Amino acid sequence: MFFLGGTVVFFLVFLVLSANTLSSGIPRQTHADKVSQAVIDGKILFDENNCMGCHTILGEGAYYAPELTKVVDRRGAGFIKAVLTSKQPWTLSGRKMVAYGFNDKEASDLIAFFTWIGEIDLNGFPPEPDLKK
Amino acid sequence: MKYKSQKVAYMFFALSIVLLLLQIVYGFIMGFAHAGFDGLHDFIPFNTATATHKNLLVVWLLSGFMGAAYYIIPEESQRELVSVPLAKLQFWSLAAVGVTAVIGFHFNWWEGRKFLEIPRPLDYLVVVNVLLFLGIILVTLFKGKEKTTTAMVLAMGLFFAALLYLPGMVWFDNQSVDSFFRWWVVHLWVEGVWELIMGGILAFLLIKLTGVDRELIEKWLYVIVGLTFLSGILGTGHHYYYIGAPKYWLMVGGIFSALEPLAFLGMALFALAMYRKGEKNHPNKIALYWTLGSAIVSFAGAGLLGIAHTIPSVNIWTHGTLITAMHGHLAFWGAYAMIVIAIITYAMPLMTGRKLYDRPAAHYAFWLSNIGMIGMTTAFAAAGVAQVYLERKVGMSFMDAQKAIEVHFWILIGAATLFTIGIIYYAVNFFQHGLPTDEALVKE
Repeated sequence: MFFLGGTVVFFLVFLVLSANTLSSGIPRQTHADKVSQAVIDGKILFDENNCMGCHTILGEGAYYAPELTKVVDRRGAGFIKAVLTSKQPWTLSGRKMVAYGFNDKEASDLIAFFTWIGEIDLNGFPPEPDLKK
Repeated sequence: MKYKSQKVAYMFFALSIVLLLLQIVYGFIMGFAHAGFDGLHDFIPFNTATATHKNLLVVWLLSGFMGAAYYIIPEESQRELVSVPLAKLQFWSLAAVGVTAVIGFHFNWWEGRKFLEIPRPLDYLVVVNVLLFLGIILVTLFKGKEKTTTAMVLAMGLFFAALLYLPGMVWFDNQSVDSFFRWWVVHLWVEGVWELIMGGILAFLLIKLTGVDRELIEKWLYVIVGLTFLSGILGTGHHYYYIGAPKYWLMVGGIFSALEPLAFLGMALFALAMYRKGEKNHPNKIALYWTLGSAIVSFAGAGLLGIAHTIPSVNIWTHGTLITAMHGHLAFWGAYAMIVIAIITYAMPLMTGRKLYDRPAAHYAFWLSNIGMIGMTTAFAAAGVAQVYLERKVGMSFMDAQKAIEVHFWILIGAATLFTIGIIYYAVNFFQHGLPTDEALVKE
């Protein structure tokens, strides 16, 4: 009975917290009003090409290629566009990336998506390197 | 084997073994790529390899669970499955969907969502397939003479596993919301309802192998199920720390994740206690090895290595690094791979009438695969800790840090080779049993 009761209680707590997260938490922290059509189109491309199969985003994905959450800050839109539109596999960083050869619109949609991602309040992730000289 | 229809489990078990072997091939492709040799990149890029590796895992485990259910449910409910032809149809459709998905991954046909890469149209087929499976299992159970706790827990686990697949099929424009619901599937599977499936199989095996009273074993089973849900549901919070969800998840997730190892500890202590208490000297010792091994390794891999990085102040540094791969490998191996192998090892001699359990190959399989997997986990741990330190603490660039930890991937490949030899021994031993036969039927 203790377990059954506990499970029901914790499940209800989980649902309440989830409802709060979805109705106010995530919309506020992700600036949901800034999810434009370009951001959505960018996410679709990100999904369709399984970018998460090599990279991480919001710390999720595979661990073969760089974290993309702050990629716009780190690299700038110009560099990202060069990688995305390249007709040759991108190898300058040491590992090969599939040559997607995106067109200008696709590249700018993905950059819009990354820009939006970069502005999400992630409770302090990724942390600043605290041992950096 | 007591019922003819239990034989249908063999097909699912054979599929599991074949897909496991294939999963290992893709693991090696990724291991070599991490070590700097990505020669196959033009044909099988890393994202194809990883999607294939993960989904083969999911499909072979599900196939193993289904096989386990087809074996266990008739015996527990004391009647034949309601329909063997439907079970066979369900098998072939499962295999077809699995193979189609994996081939699709090689042609950029997928969704970029970790563990749920199977594209939407195939998702619907998965649903139909699983409904058919559940139909056969549940109708058999309810028409049966007995509804044992073991069978009910197993069936409940399978039912909720199917139900929880659904939130993963909805499209969300917002990446954070998408991720939020993706964990409803993945987390509530592996740290919730799959543990019910594991608990059900574990209880069945302990009843059969140790001879301890069903009543006692099933009492433990209740406690474990209870602990799983008490900690596991709110433990989902540890996936919500840093994806754009509110801060209260750090506290909720942190506290309940710290409790999650208890369920696994309970399972390990329970298995060992039953083993010590058991007076039955079952000849299939190696099945007992796998059963106890599963309970113990899952505590180490899922419980301890899990809590090693679900503490929020640790996770802020380790989130999105190879530390996750460290935990993932030993957790899946201990909790789910080993329990599937345990039920296969137990059932095969009974279905085929060939008692191959004391062959050296059976023992090599157990020890080499376990030593290999522990070695792999250690290699991931070394690589992960170094990555966190160099990249996150010192601020080295991603690729510089990756270069610095390449050496650990050679250790990984070495350990994976031992693991693979173990699994090959297992596969050879499995297929030497031949096909199941009615001649193996026994009365109580």
